[in-house]
Amino acid sequence: MAQGTLTRPVRSEVNIDVAKMRRDLRVRQIGKVGYFLNALAAYFFLWAPILVLVLFSFNDSRSVAQWQGFTTRWYTGIFENVAGTSVRGSTTSILDALRNSLVIGSLATLFATVLGTALALAIVRYKFPGKRVLDSILYLPVIIPEIAQAISLALFFKIVFDTINLMRPDQPPATYGYGTIIIGHVVFNIAYVVIVVRARLADMNPRLEEAARDLGANEWQTFWRVTFPLMLPGIVAGALLAFTLSLDDYIVTAMNRGIGDATLTVVVFGMMRRGVSPEVNAISTLMIIFSILLIGISLLLQGRSAVTGRG
Amino acid sequence: MAAQANVGGVKAVEAGTRGGWRMALPGSLWLVAFFLLPLVIMAIVSFMSLGARKTIVMPFTDANYQRVLSALYLPTIWDSVWISLVTTIICLLVGYPLAFFISTRKSQFARQLALFLVILPFWTNFVVRTYAMQTVLAREGVLNQILLSLGVIQNPLELLYTPGAVIIGLVYGYLPFMVLPIYATAERFDFKLVAAANDLGANDWQAIWRIIIPLTLPGVIAGFILVFIPCLGAFVTPELLGGTSTLMIGNLINSQFEESNYPRGSALSITLMALVMIALLLYVRFGTREQT
Repeated sequence: MAQGTLTRPVRSEVNIDVAKMRRDLRVRQIGKVGYFLNALAAYFFLWAPILVLVLFSFNDSRSVAQWQGFTTRWYTGIFENVAGTSVRGSTTSILDALRNSLVIGSLATLFATVLGTALALAIVRYKFPGKRVLDSILYLPVIIPEIAQAISLALFFKIVFDTINLMRPDQPPATYGYGTIIIGHVVFNIAYVVIVVRARLADMNPRLEEAARDLGANEWQTFWRVTFPLMLPGIVAGALLAFTLSLDDYIVTAMNRGIGDATLTVVVFGMMRRGVSPEVNAISTLMIIFSILLIGISLLLQGRSAVTGRG
Repeated sequence: MAAQANVGGVKAVEAGTRGGWRMALPGSLWLVAFFLLPLVIMAIVSFMSLGARKTIVMPFTDANYQRVLSALYLPTIWDSVWISLVTTIICLLVGYPLAFFISTRKSQFARQLALFLVILPFWTNFVVRTYAMQTVLAREGVLNQILLSLGVIQNPLELLYTPGAVIIGLVYGYLPFMVLPIYATAERFDFKLVAAANDLGANDWQAIWRIIIPLTLPGVIAGFILVFIPCLGAFVTPELLGGTSTLMIGNLINSQFEESNYPRGSALSITLMALVMIALLLYVRFGTREQT
């Protein structure tokens, strides 16, 4: 190696090729311009459709492409049930769908947050047999295509309901409903809650809990007075994330819902299938604003937790 | 003193084993009952047959897989693979320089803002974003209106309900998945290495191909997997932007279940999962080597 460096020809015969240098410089400049243009185009690509959608939700015409003037009538129309839609034979008004979304989202978030937080604590703080297997199963719902998860769950419920109905034919038949949708949402939400809470736990100083125990607190007191308050920002961030995912979900909801249990995303999807319309623009705009608010709060909480975790 | 602490420590670990299982149990049971068990049942059903009145009946058979791999479905499976591949490659070509653009912003504020602007659309409702793309590409959409008024075209283009529209929609949906892992490696990249390579006589191309790309390869491979896998299982995008002309595996699975042909739908789902597993195995085989 050392010899190689010594015997290497010293580049004394560097003949300065001005034309080549100029060419290189031009290539570099073109590269730099391309680099900027690519970033600009990418941001335009990501944001322009959303901005167009929002803009034309205020358009005083049924067209979602030609500006005719400002109106808010599409927004008032949503809440006058005009935009109710029929999905597979059942009509659900926008307000009913919104209520379904909020009820299902809240319950799914509650279950996923409790189960996910307990799982994150168990994995980070304890050693137990089967932990590695659990750790890998936990993230499978994130990796496996959602359609496969949704379909397998729907099939599972079908078999369960067919069996139940066969065993008690005199009872009203068991079928899909809020419960089956919530169960499906909890499956994919658990993984996300674990990821967020786990990151928070990893940032926490375990000495604080040791100190509490040394000072005479029992396990229960240590958890509720020290561990839990420190974890809380992570738990809230995980819960907000779960709520957002639950509200946004189409596939699992559509496959595991009963007749009439359409969530907002399912109803809007049904309207979109029939093409573009200003009502859908207006609902979509409200949904975008709501998601951005939720995620803003979630990111803020995670950001603050990252700062306090280091301090 | 030390012995005492040690005894206490042992106790804590023993209690911990039990406490750990107690806490992990409800969540684990949920995932086993409502995630793993349904997948196992689906795998079994995929080998069963459809009986009278759409019931799932016994004789075990591989007929469903023969149908899946027949001329009826194979073209759609192939379409899904190439649409996903093209989408992933476009995401890579746009996302790679974009990730570097974000990571090389000078101030922390500019860097965070640039990253935030990529992440935020990713957190808004996927169905809504797909619809936004629909309003742009529709026959009476914005793009056609602009092109018509500029006189570039005389008649509106049929952009929607084509493979191209599906690819645009998928790139739109999954570009952030490519940018984020590449950004994570680009952020740690030391540009002094490029300066060193230049000093040693490398030109810009050599620096890019022999220094920058090899060092950011783990991020590229992770991004490739993160985009390719959800594209392969896409349902919402081909349904809204592909119409009836561009189908992907996700639409086939859905239509089989809507017709209550559970065995065939299951066989299609298992085929999709097998394709995903192949992609993951390739990732584990080649993608994680860089980290050692």
